Amino acid sequence: MSIKTHILLQKKKKNILELWMKNQLADEGLREDLISNDELRGQSEELINVLVGNLSGDNFTDFDSDEWSPVIEILGGIAITRARQGFSPRETGNFVFSLKEAILEVLQEEIKGDPQTLFTESLKINRLMDNLSIITFETFIKGREEVILRQTDEITEISTPVIRVWDGILALPIIGTLDSARTQVVMENLLQEIVETGSSIAILDISGVPAVDSLVAQHLIKTVSATRLMGAECIISGIRPEIAQTVVHLGIDLSNIITKATLASALAYSFKIMKLEVKRAGAVNKF
Amino acid sequence: MDKIPILRLGAYLLVSIQVDLYDRLALTLEADLVQMVNKTGAKGVLIDISAVSIVDSFMGRIIGNIASMSKILDAETVVVGMQPAVAITLIELGLPLKGVHTALDMEKGMNLLKTMIGDSSGEEDQETDPDYDDTIA
Repeated sequence: MSIKTHILLQKKKKNILELWMKNQLADEGLREDLISNDELRGQSEELINVLVGNLSGDNFTDFDSDEWSPVIEILGGIAITRARQGFSPRETGNFVFSLKEAILEVLQEEIKGDPQTLFTESLKINRLMDNLSIITFETFIKGREEVILRQTDEITEISTPVIRVWDGILALPIIGTLDSARTQVVMENLLQEIVETGSSIAILDISGVPAVDSLVAQHLIKTVSATRLMGAECIISGIRPEIAQTVVHLGIDLSNIITKATLASALAYSFKIMKLEVKRAGAVNKF
Repeated sequence: MDKIPILRLGAYLLVSIQVDLYDRLALTLEADLVQMVNKTGAKGVLIDISAVSIVDSFMGRIIGNIASMSKILDAETVVVGMQPAVAITLIELGLPLKGVHTALDMEKGMNLLKTMIGDSSGEEDQETDPDYDDTIA
């Protein structure tokens, strides 16, 4: 009987597509803002062509067979595009599930008189479509993970600017959690900038670091030590009261490091080291 | 065998390492330098490592040794021009070079030496800011 089914499906391809499109367009979750109807039809047609084209009597239940790879490829492509476009998992899932409904509907229409055959064939179609949904989901999640990874990289890139606040004074505001990978980037950027500008003082501002634990402190100490090896002084500023409390409670020794509460006081201290004075403009004339 | 030249400039000794140090060369340098400090009675040693791109823990130790030995012979050591990659490597190796003074370049290193030696002899430059201490404590 299964031989009949795939021929049947091939014959009824048009019907299935129409039904499927109707199902998709009738769905409340249709995202017209993300995908146009024409585009949706194009995707659906492509998938159904490949799917029905690759159906044969014997590969119905064997999903490892090579004949499925074009279907998987197309489905994967669609799932990844949808993940990037910002479709929800439900919307992506519905794409495949509505196809199943359409196929089953056509099947029911065709094999009306024979409930036994209808049941066996439906079961097969079910199994096939479930497998395809799983593939869709796997690729969808993979696509989402890629997006997350890329964003993480971007955040690391942009969030560690080295600012030249004065001739010979660099400031480096750290925003976000400080982990090993990030410390490495921060350290490299800072040291490179010290060499390029010939600065003798670097201010590491940690007001944007949400929490300091022993690991983060270790990273900070490393950065300070490396800066000192280069021949520059490193000041840590922006230490909030809570952070001071945690640091002391954890028993971290920061006594070898110059620490200041605010960036302003760190800058004032740097001026003092460099023997610079900041004066009010009017003060020059007064004696 | 290769040798790293040690130049004398007044009360200072200048060493510029232009090649990647291998172990034997480093040991020779250590011995030569201590000899020279002793012979010339130098007050300061300036080691320029701006051309050194590779270090290992042995090198880190040699630099530390030179500083300690010179200190015993009453000379300060300043290491100048360390590359960022070298600094990161030394830190990752757990060698923060305690007791070694550092400076960004030759000029700043020379100024630092002058300040330190001026301070210790108490003859010149009394205006030095007490806060300005580049020692790696």
